[in-house]
Parts: sequence; C-alpha cells; structure tokens
Amino acid sequence: MDIGVLLVYGILGLTVIVSAVGLIVSRNALYSALFLVVNFVAVGLLYLALGAPFIAFAQVTVYAGSIMVLFIFVIMLLGAENLMLDEPLRGQRALGILLVVIFLAEIVLYYLLRTTPLQAIPAIPQTFASPAEIGMLLFNHYLLPFEVTAFILLAATVGAILLSKHEGPTRPKPGIQKPETPVEG
Amino acid sequence: MPMSYYLILSAAMFAIGVLGVILRRNPLVVFMSLELMFNAANLVFVAFSAYHQILDGDLFVFFVMTTAAAEVAVGLALMVAIFRAKRTIDLDEMSMLKG
Amino acid sequence: MNFETVLPLAPWVVFFPVLGILLNLLLGKRLGEKGIGTIASLAAGLSFGVAVLLALGLAGHPEGATYPFLRWLAVGDFVADWNFRVDTLSVTMMLVVAGVGSLIHIYSIGYMHADVRHNGDPDRFRRFFVFLNLFVAAMMILVSADNFLMLFVGWEGVGLCSYLLIGFWFEKGAGGIANAQAAKKAFVVNRIGDFGLLIAIFLIFYNFGSLDFETVFAQAPQVATALPGVILAITLFMLLGVTGKSAQLPLYVWLPDAMAGPTPVSALIHAATMVTAGVYLVARSQALYQQVVLAQDVVMWVGAATAFFAATIAVGQYDIKKVLAYSTISQLGFMVTAVGMGAAVAGMFHLVTHAFFKALLFLGAGSVILGMEHGHEHAAAHGSHTEGHHSAFDPQDMRNMGGLREKMPLTFWVYLIGALALAGIAPLSGFFSKDEILADASLHHPAVYLVLTAAAFLTAFYVARQLAMVFFGKPRSEAAAGAAESPAVVTVPLVILAVLAAVGGLLNFPTTHWLEKWLEHSLYGVEPARFILSVALISLAVALTGLLIGWLVYGRKPLEDARQPDPLARPLNGLFLALEHKWWVDELYQAVVVKPYLRLAQFLAQPVDQGVIDGLVNGVGNLLRSTAQSWRRIQNGYVRSYALTILLGVVLVVTYLVLR
Repeated sequence: MDIGVLLVYGILGLTVIVSAVGLIVSRNALYSALFLVVNFVAVGLLYLALGAPFIAFAQVTVYAGSIMVLFIFVIMLLGAENLMLDEPLRGQRALGILLVVIFLAEIVLYYLLRTTPLQAIPAIPQTFASPAEIGMLLFNHYLLPFEVTAFILLAATVGAILLSKHEGPTRPKPGIQKPETPVEG
Repeated sequence: MPMSYYLILSAAMFAIGVLGVILRRNPLVVFMSLELMFNAANLVFVAFSAYHQILDGDLFVFFVMTTAAAEVAVGLALMVAIFRAKRTIDLDEMSMLKG
Repeated sequence: MNFETVLPLAPWVVFFPVLGILLNLLLGKRLGEKGIGTIASLAAGLSFGVAVLLALGLAGHPEGATYPFLRWLAVGDFVADWNFRVDTLSVTMMLVVAGVGSLIHIYSIGYMHADVRHNGDPDRFRRFFVFLNLFVAAMMILVSADNFLMLFVGWEGVGLCSYLLIGFWFEKGAGGIANAQAAKKAFVVNRIGDFGLLIAIFLIFYNFGSLDFETVFAQAPQVATALPGVILAITLFMLLGVTGKSAQLPLYVWLPDAMAGPTPVSALIHAATMVTAGVYLVARSQALYQQVVLAQDVVMWVGAATAFFAATIAVGQYDIKKVLAYSTISQLGFMVTAVGMGAAVAGMFHLVTHAFFKALLFLGAGSVILGMEHGHEHAAAHGSHTEGHHSAFDPQDMRNMGGLREKMPLTFWVYLIGALALAGIAPLSGFFSKDEILADASLHHPAVYLVLTAAAFLTAFYVARQLAMVFFGKPRSEAAAGAAESPAVVTVPLVILAVLAAVGGLLNFPTTHWLEKWLEHSLYGVEPARFILSVALISLAVALTGLLIGWLVYGRKPLEDARQPDPLARPLNGLFLALEHKWWVDELYQAVVVKPYLRLAQFLAQPVDQGVIDGLVNGVGNLLRSTAQSWRRIQNGYVRSYALTILLGVVLVVTYLVLR
C-alpha cells in the first residue's frame, strides 16, 4: 500500500481515538462536546473513504450539526460545564476499567478465534452509495422502517415538549370569570 | 485497508464509550459517550456494507442516526426537567430508588 | 324356631342399643329419669330377646351361619365386610352381655337416681345410659364379628366406653382429677395391649391374605407347618392384647383403678363382659393357638400366675370394690389358663358363671355402698360430729362397715350366694366351672394345677374376710349403723342374678354337659370333659378350709373399731404390707416406665422440637432473610452501578460465546 494512504488512514484513526479519549477524560463538558464533534468529522471522513458519501454528509450534518448543537445548548443552559470530582462509589473506577479491558480482549479474541478471516475491502465503484442508489433502496425496500422512523421522531418531539413543560400556577383563561362569593358568617 | 483496521478502530471506540458511560457523573457526558458507542456501530455497518458491496448496511446507519437524534432530544429534555426539580444533574444524586 | 327366619334379626343385637342411644340423646330431656332408664333398659332387653331368638334358632341348626350385612373394605384382593357371625360361641356371649346387661340397666335406674340425689347434676343420668347402651352395642359388634377387623372395631369401642364410664364422675376423685386419671390410665394401658393385637392382625393379614375367621382358621395348619414362627408370633402378640383387655400380668394395673367409676359400670364392664373379651378372643382363635404348644404354655402360665398374684393382693385390700376388682383379675386368670390349656369349653363355662356371680357381687357391693351413703347422710343430718368431714369418710372402706347383715338382710343373702359361688362351694355355679378348669389342669399340667389350687384357697380366704368385715360383727361407724335396705329397682336384679349364680352350674353339669355340646360346633379342638371326683373333692375341701380360716381370723373376733389394724398385719408383718400396697407394682411402673417416658417426652419437646426442628425451620427463614438483606445492597439507587452490572452481564455472555 501506498505510504501516503497509510499515513492518511493512520492520522484519521489516531484522531478518532484521541478525540474519544479526550471526550471521556475532559473535566469540562464543553470540551467533551467539542472533542465529540472532532470525532464525528473524522468518522465521517472514514465513511467517505468507504464509499458512502451520502452517509458521510448525513453524519456531519445530523450528528455534528444538530445533535451536538443540542448538546452544547443544554450544557450551557444547565451550567453543566462545572467539575465534579471524587468518585463516591466504591470500586466503580477499578471494576469499570477492568471489565472494559476484559471486554475488549474478548472481542479481539472472538475475532481472532471464532470468525473466518476477512479479506481486504474490494474497490468501490463510483456510484456505489450515491444518494440516488440510497434513495432507491430506502423508498423501495425500507419504506416501512422509514415511516416508522418518522413516527419515532414525532414521538420524540412530543415527548421532549411534554417533559420540559413548566409545572407552574395556571394562568387565568380568557372569558367570563365567576365572581368570588364571600364566606357567610 | 484491511477490514481488521476498521473493526479494531470500532472496538476501541466502543470500549472508550463504555468507559465514559460508567465513569462519568455528568449525564451529558454520558449521553455523549453513548453517541460515541453508536458511532462505533455505524462504522462497522458501513465497513461491512463496503466489504459485501451491498447498501443495506449504509441504510441501517441512516436509521441509527435518526433514532439517535430522537433519543438525544428526549434525553436532554429529561435532563432539563430533572434540573428544574433537583437543581443538580449529578448522576449520583439521583439515588432515591434504592432498596 | 326356624334358623333361616331368625338369622336376619342378627343385626338388631347391635341396632337396638343404638336406637336406645339415639332416642335418649334426642328426647332425653323431655322424658325424665324414668323415661330414659326405661328406654335404655328396653333397648338392652330387646337385644337380649333377639339373642334368645337366635339361640333358639341355632338349637336346630348348631353349625351356625354368617349373616352378611354390608361391604366395608374391598381393596384389591383384601375384603373386610361387616357380617354377623351367628354361631353357638358368639350367641353365648351375646346372651351373657345382653342378659346381664339388661339387669344392670334396670339396677342402674335406682343407683343413678340415688347418685343424682346425692351429688346433683341431673344431666348425668342421661349421659350414663347413653354410654351404657353404647357399650352394649360395641360389645355386640365385638362378639358378632366374623373377621378380625370388625372384632377390633368392637374391641376399640368397648375400650372407649370403658374410658368414658370410668371417668364418668370426672370432676371427683382425689385432687379433683383422680377419676379422670384412672380413665386415662385404663385407656393408655389398653392401648399397649391393642398395639399387640394390631401387630397380630397385621401378621395374620400378611401371612394368610385375609382376616376372615373361617379363612384364617382353615389355613392355620398349613401355615403352621410352613412357618411355625409366624403362628407363634401371632398368638403371642394376640396374648398382649388379651393381657390388656382382660387385665392379666403385666397389664392388669388399670382394673383396680377403674373402680373409680360407678358400681354398675364395674359390674357390667369390668367383671362380666368387657374384660371377658380377651378370653373370647383366645377361645375363638383356638385353631391358631393349638398349632403351637409354646404359645399355649405361655398363655396358660400368664393366666395361672395372674390368678395367684391377684388373689394375694385381694387379701390385703380394704376397699370393698378393690377386693372384687382383684378377685376379677384372679378369676380372669383362671379363664385365661383354661383357654390356654385348650379347655376352651371350661373357660367359657367359667366366663358365664363368673358373669353371674361377679356381677351379683358388684351390684351387691353397690347396694351396700348406697346403704352406707344413706346412713352417712342420715347421721350428718342429725348433727353427728364423730363422723368427721364428709369428704374424708369413705363409704366404700370395709373398715367402716360391719353388722350390715341386720340392716340390709336381702343384700346380705344375695351377696352370700355370690360370695360362696366365687369361693367355689358346691352346688353353686362357681364350683362346677372352677372344678372343670382344675380337672383339666390336673390331667395335663400338674404344676399349673397346684398354682390354681393355691389361688382357689386364697379366693375362699378373702371372700370370708370380706363377708366378715362387711356383714358380721357390730357397725363400726355411724353410717353403718344408719344403713337401710335399697329400693326394689336395685334389689330385684340382685335376686335374679343370685338365682342364676346358684343354678348356673346346670349349664355344664358333669353328666349332661350341655354347654360343651353347644359350643363344640364353634370351637376348634374340643376335648370331651371328664369329671374327676377326686379333684372335685379336693377343690371343695380347699375352699371350705379357706372359708374356715378366714372365719377364724376375721369372724370369731370381729374388729371393734374402724381404726384397728387388720388382724393379719402383725403376724404377716412385711408380707401384709406388700399385699396392702399391691406389691408396689404401680410404683414400679411409674418409676420404670412412666417417669423415663415423661423425661423423654420432655426432652423431645424442648431441645429437640423447639431447638432442632424449630431452629431448622426458623433457621431457613433467617437464612433467607439475611441473604435477602445482603443482596439488597446491590439495589443502591446509583444508575452507574447498575450500568456496571449490565456491563458485567455483557462480559459474561461474550465469555460464553468465546468459549463455546
């Protein structure tokens, strides 16, 4: 393989990992959000390399563009960029790291031992995952999941509105008001 | 690039995401780690769809993205509501359902 | 009288008394004392009538028959029905039970009337007659059974009635509970015997496959040659039941205590009928006993030893009923010896005559006690102070009696007849029946003959002692002085029984041998009886000698005062003390059996039941609770630890997938 190609992939991969680590390590939530944006962009570039331009742009637009904006908005709203130190739960850190390491090791083991070895990715034709192709598949074979997804989004919207409604005193409604009768005696 | 590159990258991203979920007390960072995990899965989908030369994997990524968006919306609304009630969003303060 | 026509009447021997029970329970309150007594006596009397009809029918058809009544158990091959066995042996028992029973019912009307007058509580009257009828019904079931299971039903039924009637005055007795304790003792000791009988029944079922008398007795010879040990076991376990019900060594201890019940009960149940159930059982099972000589020997010696042992104790007792109780045990020993020797006819003969004269003696004693109580009331009403407290005065203590011959003449004469019959004086019934037993013993078992003769001597001696202390001499207390004859309803049954006791010997008179001819159709292996003149003369001489010596010791110089010691006390010294204290058998049982058992029960109740079992059960509960308690800590409310748990689960699943 070409040294240039290797270099590019290497840098991309490194970016992905470093931003991920940065995300979980940052004390400031805002920094974590920004690291995540970098991660998304890097992964988007990887999608491009894998011949899925539509998906890559969707990734950047939806994830980095709207979801992260939402995140940053809420972080600012709640003032959540503050630090939270001291792990109050006993053994959480140690046990967590241990289990994740075991998990990672197992996945690798599984890949090495239980699966048939995979070859390299073949060359991807130009119009492999063009929007036209994706559209064809989406609206022909995956129409139902598409519609259901619409419902999910609707449910999410309604849910979000309901959850963040103010539980305050009821404001006076417009119209005729009954006069308050004074208490006798 | 060989498939193992993408697979290992994805596995690493996923593991780091899990660590984030378990170790951080700020729920917003937890959600972000969750997004990281979604991303890892998406990467594998796209890689395999390129490997097998079929589009279904890409399409699934599409759906994952939309669902993730919906989930984030609801989750953040939840955070706002909780903040209103408890004036804090420290995950370790939300321990009233203990046995 | 055609047998076929009377056979269907057989169930009525049981159902007339049952009818009496139902009528008395439902209508008793409205009928009053006379009505209750009449219904009960009528029930017993009608039962007797049916028995007479059956007997007349059997006269022309002596082999007997079985009247099928209802199917009770039918499990696979095992069948146990409730059928009525009408043969000469069972009808003989029926006649005795119903006949003597009816007389005692009539007697009880007068006796319980006096009791209610003395002690209050009129409801007692009805309860007494209900129980008495229940007893007759149960005893009839016992004797009319044609398989061991129905016999056992009747066996248990009479045991229950015995308990109910001994403890009839359940609030009386020393310390307020002595009567109830006596009833309990009877029941528990009988239970030990019943255990033996049950084991015997189980063994019979296991080895013979059936519990029907006919089937079992027919197969007995084959089983005996094939498995001799089994027949021995069956007969010995059955003997345990007999020692319980018929008060032989070692389970006789309940009978003297049973005297706490009313006197008619003692007469009917503990002299004439229930205690003879054991003798009847052995007589019925002769087919089994005669297969194994060892079993017969054991039965014989148990009976002989009991006869002698009980007679010795009777010499040292002061309570009029206790003397009769030990006398009953002794006479039962004679009967058991007889059936053990294989002389079942002699045993049954003595059973019948003993029913007559012992019931007579008990009822007579009851009449004496009534007179004493009457006299006591009389004296107390007239402001006498020498009697002492009412509760301390015992109307049954012979030392308080004396000179009742003049005060209660009719009672005296009938009692005399009964006493002489007991002692075995010719030509009264007791002489013939006892003599037949002695004759058979002298022929085959000389050692037993000697023991029985010694017992007969002692019998005559204590009879004379009792007669002298009760009826002769001068009254030793105000109560005795004020005693009066009992009413007719009490004395008429006494007279009837006296007549029966006098002429009962005709049943099996030496040349005619009616009873033997009657019974040989139902009994197995009957030897023709022989009348041995020498034996008869010897037994007569022994009886007369006993009476004479008794008269010399007690009658010639009657006791002056109630508190004077017994004339035998000084000469016999320690021996008399032992006799007075019944050879300390009760104390021995208490120490060896009862106390350790109570300790064991206490031990099992406290450390074992409360400690181990409760501890185990509670321990399981506690274990669960502490486990739950420790597991609760997982639910700490922190979302992150839950997430960690989920991760743990995922790791485990992937491990499984990797290792598969």
